[in-house]
Amino acid sequence: MSQADLAIESLSPHGAEAHGAGVMEESPFAIPSSKLVMWLFIISDACTFGAMLFAYGFIRNSAADWPQVFESASIWNSLLMTFILVSTSLTVLFAVKAAQSEDRAGAFRWTMVTAAGGILFTLLHIREWLSLIGQGARLFQNPWGSPMFGAAFFSITGLHMAHVVGGVVALIVVGLSYRSGRYAARHIEIWALYWHFVDLVWMFVVPLIYLLNMKR
Amino acid sequence: MSDMSVHAAVHGAPTSFIRKYVFSLDHKIIGLQYYALALVAVVTGMVLSWIMRVHLVWPNAPIPGLGALAKVGAPGGVVTPEYYLQLMTMHGTLMVFFVLTNAPFAAFGNYFLPIQIGAEDMAFPRFNMMSFWTTFVAFCILISAFFVGDGPPLSGWTGYAPLSAVGKDAGPGQGIGQSLWGISIFVFCIASLLGSLNFIATTLDLRTKGMTLSRMPIVTWAWFITSCIALLAFAVLMPACLLLILDRVTGTSFFIPAGLNVGDHIQPHQGGSPLLWQHLFWFFGHPEVYIAILPAIGIVSHILICNMRKNMLSHRVLIYCMMAIGFLSYMVWGHHMFLSGMNPFSALVFSFPTLMITIPATIMTLIWLGSLYGSNLRINSASLFCLGFISMFVSGGVSGFFLAQPSIDIYLHATYFVVGHFHMVMGVAAIMGVFAGTYFWFPKMTGRMMNETLGRWHFFLTLIGTYAIFMPFHYLGLAGNVRRYSAFQDDFLVPLIPVHKFITYAALFTGAAQLIFIANLVYSRFKGPQASPNPWECTSLEWSTPSSPPPFDNFGGQHPVVHHDPYQYGVKSSTGDYIMQTSPGPGAAS
Repeated sequence: MSQADLAIESLSPHGAEAHGAGVMEESPFAIPSSKLVMWLFIISDACTFGAMLFAYGFIRNSAADWPQVFESASIWNSLLMTFILVSTSLTVLFAVKAAQSEDRAGAFRWTMVTAAGGILFTLLHIREWLSLIGQGARLFQNPWGSPMFGAAFFSITGLHMAHVVGGVVALIVVGLSYRSGRYAARHIEIWALYWHFVDLVWMFVVPLIYLLNMKR
Repeated sequence: MSDMSVHAAVHGAPTSFIRKYVFSLDHKIIGLQYYALALVAVVTGMVLSWIMRVHLVWPNAPIPGLGALAKVGAPGGVVTPEYYLQLMTMHGTLMVFFVLTNAPFAAFGNYFLPIQIGAEDMAFPRFNMMSFWTTFVAFCILISAFFVGDGPPLSGWTGYAPLSAVGKDAGPGQGIGQSLWGISIFVFCIASLLGSLNFIATTLDLRTKGMTLSRMPIVTWAWFITSCIALLAFAVLMPACLLLILDRVTGTSFFIPAGLNVGDHIQPHQGGSPLLWQHLFWFFGHPEVYIAILPAIGIVSHILICNMRKNMLSHRVLIYCMMAIGFLSYMVWGHHMFLSGMNPFSALVFSFPTLMITIPATIMTLIWLGSLYGSNLRINSASLFCLGFISMFVSGGVSGFFLAQPSIDIYLHATYFVVGHFHMVMGVAAIMGVFAGTYFWFPKMTGRMMNETLGRWHFFLTLIGTYAIFMPFHYLGLAGNVRRYSAFQDDFLVPLIPVHKFITYAALFTGAAQLIFIANLVYSRFKGPQASPNPWECTSLEWSTPSSPPPFDNFGGQHPVVHHDPYQYGVKSSTGDYIMQTSPGPGAAS
């Protein structure tokens, strides 16, 4: 993605893009168009994850031999990942606060802390993937039971991981550009929205993918 | 007349050819690009349907030139049964995605939505350009399936699993062809999502002073509601395509059950369900029907009001009906699956909201007819096509009552009855809306009038022709003629061949009649008489632009100010019997 795309510049007259204030009708939501578009994207992306999780539930319910795979080490790992991701929701909030009070250095710092949390999350996740792969799990088979376990696990967590990686890249670009003054505070805020959403999706992934498939 | 405040354009007019006509940021050019793409797709799709029709009644007749394109599928130009299905798949996919989604929604919406709300462009011009070119890439990927491997897929536009998921064993085109299909639709979803984000943001945020939501024309509302539907629908089709591609490429089994025997060997898959694909696909697929028809409903209502010279009995109720249809469209996907092996009790759950949809649809029809009754309708090509739309919408919609009921659907399922139903109600009706829009807006898009005589010939031939094609479909279905058979030899369907012959003649004739339209389009573009800025004496903002076609920023550096509801007709004013939305001063009922 280029920087121009991340900035999602619009013709909207609202907020900081107020070139047309006074000749336009008020937006019903009183937020910049770029923020509206992020909300709309989140709604649509929620449908995408909803469809993935529906497919998982459909397959899981119809399988006679769905494996219970995760040992306590995996669960602890996922809880650690959850802790990190939830913490970054807090740090990105600090970044937004700093940006809103025009503290460019502070906003940059918190954005980078958030991105670092995202990277750490991804690394832990990759480690988890590698460990499962090492035990013989593949997209199309696994040693424990229904071959669809691997398909569901890797596709859903993979889609989520792609969202995290995308968010990390976006946060780094937006943080750097905000520090250099090219971007405004609302850009930080918009990508913070996205980051919260990725966090929220994980809140569904953990119970449905990890806790339901815990070894008993 | 109009009260405008001077304001500078946001982004400057482009000068280079590439920026102006190819990678254009201008919503008007992008709208025309979508229209051109839809035109290419519709001609391709129509030619495919001709080949299918000819093959159905003369199964051994060689089709000139086809042998060179498809050496395996049509050796010597004679279509094989498999190639018949491949043509059918491509016909459906092209028509549903690249014609019915693109023409009434993306093409006209792009061109006129920003102008109708008084904006200079879409909210995100760069996204807009990206959505068109992404659609174009999807189109190229789909068409390339004709030229690689053993041709395009044969699993239908619905891509039903497990046929679509198991790969080469399922028949010609199920290898690389089906993969290209999946990728093309995936890319198309991305394009449509970008487009609908942009439409929603534009409608909500870029309305000019005075253009409150309630003052937007019906057709603006239709595009807005359609974008809301598309935003959720394509977001579900996208992961469905992703899982399908995973099944095909990486060997997962989301849509493939255990022990499936295809092509004489057991497939190395287990754990999935073909029903899952149907759930995901139709969760998109049914709203998609309304993505095709709602813009046409909007276009037709908009044009009818202008030509009746009075408002609808209630144009608000029309808008509420469209919202109701959009909402209900998400609860009815299971009515495509009555016979798929779903729990039979759930058929009732899906049947009920399906029948509910007839309520807003009937209210809309009654509003159209009630408004037309006693009105002094101006007869021209555009208004004729609007009447044609209503006729098709009703004729095709009535058969929906039958199909919505599981007990009747058991008999009619997968027969020509269904094919006739959806071709009339979402295919021909939506296309009638596109024709109406073309005749109506052509003067604004090109600055020239279309030829009225040719337009009327086009209308009457199309109306008679499409009825001649699709009405007998219902009869064939009632007689038990199953769809997707490539020929009728030595079976109980042989007595129906004369009906099929009639349909084939009608299809060739109706297709040929479209040449009148193409000729009119090309001739009028260059030789048509100059159009005045507002030839139909219409009140909405697209007719307030300083020139036809409108300048780069639509209103010549100004922001129009809106003073009225969209449809001020049948009132006394200095201009005649109508008041422009931009006219200051009192309106009839503002």
